[in-house]
Amino acid sequence: MSSKAIYDWVDERLGLSELAAFARHKTVPVHSQSFWYYWGGISLFLFLVQCFTGVLLLVYYRPGAEAYESVRQITFVMHFGWLIRSAHAWSASLMIFSILVHMFSVYFMKAYRKPREFGWLSGMGLLGLASVFGFSGYLLPMDELSYFATKVGLDIPTAIPWIGPVIANMLRGGPDVSEFTVQRFFALHVVVLPAVFLPLLGFHLWLVQRHGNASPPSVEALPPVERKSEPFVPNFMRKDLAMWLIALNILALLASVFPWSLGKPFDPLAPAPLGIHPEWYFMSPFEMLKLLGVVLRGEAGEIAGILLFTLGIALWVLIPFYDTKKEKGQRARAAHYFGLLAVFALLSTTIIGYWTIR
Amino acid sequence: MIEQTNTEAHIEAVAEGPGERNTRRAFLAAAGVAGLAYTAALAYPIYRYLASPEEMAMEATAVTEVTLKDAQKLPPGAVLMFKFGASPALLIHHQDGRWISMTAVCTHLGCTVQYEPQADRIHCACHGGVYNAYTGANVSGPPPRPLKLFKVAVNEAGVDVSRA
Repeated sequence: MSSKAIYDWVDERLGLSELAAFARHKTVPVHSQSFWYYWGGISLFLFLVQCFTGVLLLVYYRPGAEAYESVRQITFVMHFGWLIRSAHAWSASLMIFSILVHMFSVYFMKAYRKPREFGWLSGMGLLGLASVFGFSGYLLPMDELSYFATKVGLDIPTAIPWIGPVIANMLRGGPDVSEFTVQRFFALHVVVLPAVFLPLLGFHLWLVQRHGNASPPSVEALPPVERKSEPFVPNFMRKDLAMWLIALNILALLASVFPWSLGKPFDPLAPAPLGIHPEWYFMSPFEMLKLLGVVLRGEAGEIAGILLFTLGIALWVLIPFYDTKKEKGQRARAAHYFGLLAVFALLSTTIIGYWTIR
Repeated sequence: MIEQTNTEAHIEAVAEGPGERNTRRAFLAAAGVAGLAYTAALAYPIYRYLASPEEMAMEATAVTEVTLKDAQKLPPGAVLMFKFGASPALLIHHQDGRWISMTAVCTHLGCTVQYEPQADRIHCACHGGVYNAYTGANVSGPPPRPLKLFKVAVNEAGVDVSRA
């Protein structure tokens, strides 16, 4: 059988030529803001790195009472275990960073407008899940830092009346962070979250294929003859892959030059170490809640802070539904300023957070 | 919508002189070698990482002598299972007072064999292999080779077993 005959046989059953035709016709807009189109792909690549290094860590990791000992073994006994673990930790940070860049570029290009509302919503869902990935993964080594980070993080929902403590106890598996917590965080991190994340990611990527890349309003305002585009295969894809390679090199450099450390094993009787602070991507919300707690005192203030915070996130998530007008107008400008305010709030609270570490 | 003209095809058509074809080939070869080196640099740590337990086991098999504390108290007709390096081994104190030690890994398909005192033989339950309990010789069943004997030295503190 010739290779063409084999191709035809498979094609007849799987419709490969339709896919090939789709790939041939897929184009990407070319304009001064095209650089921002790479960030979704970079996020996807770093997610793939997470899957790969995560499975490698799973080969030796043991949850529960032996968690710390198994991570110590991975870091100090297994060949290159420190590198795999460091790559997983660094790639998590880089992935959150690139998702944030991706989100803000989509926001300021107003790429969430009709017909891309579901793209925005699914993207926000993916960011939310990615932060839960980060939070649950941080506990798994069960060293001093991860113990206290989880303790503090799970203390926040207890401020919600009635259901708060129930939620916190359910997540912890008891009144305090313990072996039970690490066991259920492990189940969450490697089974539940991937099972939810992967289909949502598939949906997100399918939408991108369906609607294509959005052009910023300034480009959309141009007459069709003045808009430029390039084929995805091979032109844009080649640049996309080059970006992946750059991301991989940066990751390899960070992971090997700044290996992730492992602290002392957790001790529920030991006092919190000095200078303890959340991961950089949780610094801003942590600091915002802290600042709101200063402004609005007492238990009522704590609840008000969480409410205000939730309201801000809801406004952000629902932006496609109140910034809908294609023409430049009051509302589009307001959304733009809201975005700038969000960037400012994130950056300033992160800086204040790091500034005030004692 | 104006599609960008395929500038690359254009450049190739101009640049494809006989001399340039060689530099192009050399470039592709160099890129291929660089790609291979890059992949190898990624694959090597991953291979070593996954092979770590195997390497540790190899280090364990390099063991040439094991001291079994208090094993001299083993009564006649009894057996002691122990680990020699990475694999199981047995120490038999026969009724006639002889001390015999040999590997407990069946030479057929690697099951762990057991000493049967009443029959005074070594038996593998997986496929019915039988070995002589004094010499390790394969007596019946599928085992192709005898079990390897170890040297045994009994003293007051214990029993020293070493590679023969």
